[in-house]
Amino acid sequence: MASLARSGKLHAESRWKRYKKHKYLFVLLLPALFWYSVFHYGPLYGVQLAFKDFRVLEGINGSPWVGWKHFETMFTSTSQFWRVFRNTIVISLYHIIFGFPAPIILALIFNEIRGKIFKRVTQSISYLPHFLSWVILAGLFGTILSPSTGIVNYILTALGFDSIYFLGDPHYFRFTLVATSIWKEIGWGTIIYLAALASVNPNLYEAAGIDGAGRWKQTLHITLPSILPVVSIMFIFKISGILDAGFDQILNLYHPAVYGVADILDTYVFRVGLSQMQYSLTTAVGLFKNVIALLMVLGTDYVIKKSGQEGLF
Amino acid sequence: MFSRMTNGEKWFQIFAVLFMIGISILFVYPFLHVLAISLSTPAEAIRAGVHLYPQEFSFEAYRKAVASSQIWYGFRNTIFRTVVGTALSVFVMVMAAYPLSKKYLPDRRFFTLFIVFTMFFSGGLIPTYLLVKGLGLYDSLWVYIIPSMFSTFSLLILRNFFIGIPQELEDSARMDGANDIRILFSVVLPLSAPIIATITLWAAVSYWNEWFQALIYVQDQTKIVLQIYLRRLVVENQDMELRMLMSQQPGQETVTPETVKAAVLMIITAPIIIVYPFLQKYFVNGVMIGSLKE
Repeated sequence: MASLARSGKLHAESRWKRYKKHKYLFVLLLPALFWYSVFHYGPLYGVQLAFKDFRVLEGINGSPWVGWKHFETMFTSTSQFWRVFRNTIVISLYHIIFGFPAPIILALIFNEIRGKIFKRVTQSISYLPHFLSWVILAGLFGTILSPSTGIVNYILTALGFDSIYFLGDPHYFRFTLVATSIWKEIGWGTIIYLAALASVNPNLYEAAGIDGAGRWKQTLHITLPSILPVVSIMFIFKISGILDAGFDQILNLYHPAVYGVADILDTYVFRVGLSQMQYSLTTAVGLFKNVIALLMVLGTDYVIKKSGQEGLF
Repeated sequence: MFSRMTNGEKWFQIFAVLFMIGISILFVYPFLHVLAISLSTPAEAIRAGVHLYPQEFSFEAYRKAVASSQIWYGFRNTIFRTVVGTALSVFVMVMAAYPLSKKYLPDRRFFTLFIVFTMFFSGGLIPTYLLVKGLGLYDSLWVYIIPSMFSTFSLLILRNFFIGIPQELEDSARMDGANDIRILFSVVLPLSAPIIATITLWAAVSYWNEWFQALIYVQDQTKIVLQIYLRRLVVENQDMELRMLMSQQPGQETVTPETVKAAVLMIITAPIIIVYPFLQKYFVNGVMIGSLKE
C-alpha cells in the first residue's frame, strides 16, 4: 500500500479511500471544522478593511480601496498609536518582571511546606480568584482600594502615609494593574511548576542529604535546575504574548483619568473602533498587532525547537 | 519529623507557614469585606476600617438588589447561557477531540494545525464584530453561546487525554462491528469522566463569567446577563432603575450605592464560591494532565 501511494494518481485515490474508510471520524470532526471556519477564518475576510475606507451602506465589499492610508495615519500622524503602543509594552514588561517570578516563588514555598492539609487548603484558596471575572474583581478592588473607605488606605493612613487613589492616579495605576493581576493569577500559576516539582526524583534529595546538603543547598542545586526547562518555556510564552497587556482587566479598571498610562492596543481598538465607529483605522491597528504577535510566536517556536524541545506545531 | 530538622529548617518552616497564612488572609479578606458591607447598614458601610462581619446587620441591600427587574432578566439569561452553552460546548468538543486523537485520521496534522493556528492569529476585533453582526446574531441570546462554543485549549487537553487511552480497549468493540461514533460514546467516554468533569467546569465558569460579547453584541435590556448588570453598577456607575428604587427620604436611607453593589457582587460570585470547594480537584485536574503530557 505505502509504495503504491507514492505515485500521483494512486495517491489521490488512496486518500479518497482513507477518507471513506474513516468517514465516521469526519462526521465527528465536521462541526468543529465548520465552526472554526466561520468564527476564526471568517473574520480574516474582513481584514481587507485595513486597506479600505469602510462605508456602512456599501459593506465590506463595496467600500473603496485606499492602500496603506490607514497605516500611514497610524504611524505618522498625531494619532494616539505610539502612546498606546508604548503603554502596551511598558505594562507587559511590568507584568513580566513582577508577575512572572511570583508563582515560581510561591510554588517553591508550597513545595517546602510539610503539613499536608494546611498546604492543600492554602493552595485551594489561592486558586480561587482565577475563576472570577474582571467585572467581579473590579467591584471587589473598587471597594478594597477606595481612597475614603477602603481597607488598604485605612492601613496606609493608620501607618502615617497619605491615602492613595490606586485606581484613579496615573502614578499608581500601572502598579495597581500588576498587583491585582498577581493577586488573581499567582495561585493558578503555581500548578504547572508544582507538577514539575513533583516529578523530581526523590532519590536526588536523599543522596544530597547523605552528602550533607541542607534544605537550602538542595533547593539551589536540585530543585531549581529541575524546573528550569518549564520556567524557560513559560518565560518564552510570556515574551511572545507581550502585545497582550490584559484587555479584560484594563477595560474594567480604567477610566479617562488614567487613559494616558493605561490605554493599550486592545482597549484603543475597542474604544476608537466600536465606540467611535472608526472601523478601518482600528482594523489596521488590530492587523498590525496580530501580525507582530504571530511573528513572535513563530520566533518562539523556532527558539524552542532549537533548544531541542518539542515545538508548538 | 520536626526533630530531624536543623534549627535553620525549623525557622524556615515557621516562616513558610506564617507566610502562607498571610497570603491566605490576602485572598480571603476582600470577600469577607464585601460580604460584610453588603449586610451592613449605611452608617456601618461608610465606616473606614476592617469589616469582617456586619456590626449593624441589615438585609435591605439584598432586598433592593432583587427588586430590580434587570437582575432577574440577568439571572434567567445567565442560567440559560451557562446550562445550554456548557452542554453544547462539551458535546461538540468531545466530538472533535476524538478524531484528532487518532493517528489514523487522514491528514490529521493539517486538521490539528487548522485548529491550533487560531490560537495564534485572529482577524481582530472589528472584523469579528462585523461577522457576528452579519450572521444575524446581534441581540440574539445565541450570541452568548455559539461564538464561544469551542475553547481550543480545552479541546487540546481533551485530545491529549484521548490519546492516552489504550487502543486495545476500542479494538474489541470494533470487532463487534461498532463504528467510531459508537466507540466514542460507549467505550471512550465512560473512561474519560474526570477530564470531562474538568472541561465541563471550565466551560460553565467561562459562560458564567463572560461579559465582553454581552457588552458589544447585546442592546436589548431583557437579554442582559448578570456580569453586564454588575458592570453597569461598578464600572459604568449607572442603573436608572436601581436608582429609582433607591430614591429615599434624605436622612432615612436604608441602603447606599455601595451596599447594593456589594450585594449584587455577592449574588453573582456566590455560585462559584459555593461549588468551588467541592469541585476543586476537578478544576485543577486538566492542567495537571495537560502539563504532564508535554
